[in-house]
Amino acid sequence: MLSAQQLEAYITQNLACEYIKVLGDDGTHFESVIVSNDFVGKSMVQQHQLVYSALGDRMRSEIHALSMKTYTPEQWKKQSA
Amino acid sequence: MDAQARIKETVSTNPVVLYMKGNPKFPQCGFSNLATQILDACQAKYVSVDVLQDQEVREGIKQFANWPTIPQLYIKGEFVGGSDIMRAMYESGELQVMLDAAK
Repeated sequence: MLSAQQLEAYITQNLACEYIKVLGDDGTHFESVIVSNDFVGKSMVQQHQLVYSALGDRMRSEIHALSMKTYTPEQWKKQSA
Repeated sequence: MDAQARIKETVSTNPVVLYMKGNPKFPQCGFSNLATQILDACQAKYVSVDVLQDQEVREGIKQFANWPTIPQLYIKGEFVGGSDIMRAMYESGELQVMLDAAK
């Protein structure tokens, strides 16, 4: 069964993240917070597409749903301040 | 007509289209349910397409927007996002503005 930790590893293999936290323990539904410099200047759709493309085919097969909150490092600083 | 052409036609002839699992009365997935609730909260008029009724559209819609999950919202032919983005744009008020402009 896919764990949240594995999913985190899959994402960070293909996307440089300043911060990432994936939660979920049923093996198919996950929630995440992802902070990446690659998100700068991109729309929310494009940010989510980056994460989806980092996951590639796994998104079609193993993962039913990945809920995401995406932030640029600057947004994240404001968010956590 | 192939799936891509059918999707293109649906999203360009209807101002607001939600591709979802099930229908607004009986959503078959929590995320699709959330999407319908957000549109209802915005008092939006929209067309819904149940992807569970059409395997070609179910697969085709993922390629259409380069987006691997359902639900998917389209306003005036443009892909707006899935349920996370719908929620964020609803909370910021942006979605209401877009929906009002599409009326």
